[in-house]
Amino acid sequence: MSLLLDLLLGLAVLGVAGWTLAVRGNFPAVIGFVAYGLLLALVWVRLGAVDVALTEAALGAGATGVILLFAVVRLRGGRAEIDAATPGPRQRIAAGLLCAMVGLALAVAVLNLPNPAPSQAAAVARHLPELGVANPVTGVLMAYRGLDTLLEAVVLVFAVLAIWSMAPDRRWGAVPGPVFPVQSSGPVSLLARLLPPVGIVIGIYVAWVGADAPGGKFQGGTILAAMGILTWVAGLWRLPPVASRGLRWAVVAGPLAFIGVGLLGFVIADGFLAYPPGFAKPLILLIEAAMTLSVAAALVLMVAGPPEGRRE
Amino acid sequence: MIYGLVASALVALGLYGLVTQSALLRKVLAFNLLGGGVFLLFGVVARRGGDAVPEALVITGLVVAFAATALALVLVLRLFQITGAATIAEDETPR
Repeated sequence: MSLLLDLLLGLAVLGVAGWTLAVRGNFPAVIGFVAYGLLLALVWVRLGAVDVALTEAALGAGATGVILLFAVVRLRGGRAEIDAATPGPRQRIAAGLLCAMVGLALAVAVLNLPNPAPSQAAAVARHLPELGVANPVTGVLMAYRGLDTLLEAVVLVFAVLAIWSMAPDRRWGAVPGPVFPVQSSGPVSLLARLLPPVGIVIGIYVAWVGADAPGGKFQGGTILAAMGILTWVAGLWRLPPVASRGLRWAVVAGPLAFIGVGLLGFVIADGFLAYPPGFAKPLILLIEAAMTLSVAAALVLMVAGPPEGRRE
Repeated sequence: MIYGLVASALVALGLYGLVTQSALLRKVLAFNLLGGGVFLLFGVVARRGGDAVPEALVITGLVVAFAATALALVLVLRLFQITGAATIAEDETPR
């Protein structure tokens, strides 16, 4: 039964992926991609990786889908240019053969993995009680691989900076992204009024509960960002201009808290990003809280794109 | 094991799309398909060890992939705004 389910799910993922590539229109391709992301999230659930499934559904399918749709709406025409630049059948067959070889090589590698599998699960589990965190994924993200997570937090800040720097000079300092007219009726307006009170609570809860159960700053921050984007698209909330100090602080708060705690490690523990015994959990929660805010702010800004509005 | 094979096929599909499709938007899409396959492959291999370390790294990877996609799309749009081009094909006919 479960084998059949896995088989069907696997075929569905491949089918949707193939359709996404093959379909002619950009819009159906993006819809196919969102479906692909959601199916992939189901696959992650089947693999028992609920943390990853949450992130994949929210970011991989949801947020990526939104920015792709924004791009599709703005990229009009170019059909003739695209057709002219598309490689001919001979090149496509050659590329197909080479790509199939890559796929086959990976498949062979997957089928011939060493047995028993190498694992660090025991090492992770041994030290979890010292951290006071019950979710091993959060433990890894915040402690054993803390440096990776810090670098990733910094990547988000740089991504926002890079996106902002695409703005033409005359737009600099203005409100990021398009300005939506206020929707006083219709489904978007209704959802934008109904969902945020619930969504904000759920987002904070998911971020909070991440210490002990699936969830965490990225998943929670994404839910918060989704609420922000919903109210922004409905015209009920105006994004602050990129020159706004509060906005900039919100984006860097998480990485700053992370670096601050990391440096503190030199004084009160034995090195960068080392947590003193007994204080690991409060420090992790402090970083997680600041990071949730920064992740949410960075995601909203990445979806909005470079400043387009008029300068205030 | 099924998902390991699915992931391998996804990598091949994504790579094929990345190479053969000329529209930049579709290249970004194909790249994300490819990325999904890579993460899945990573997850399948990780699951055999019952390990939280690769799972945590996949989450990190997903967030970075989103940031990269957002940046790529902004670049595609900016190129379109400035030159009106939807591909990076070189002009064969001089304008």
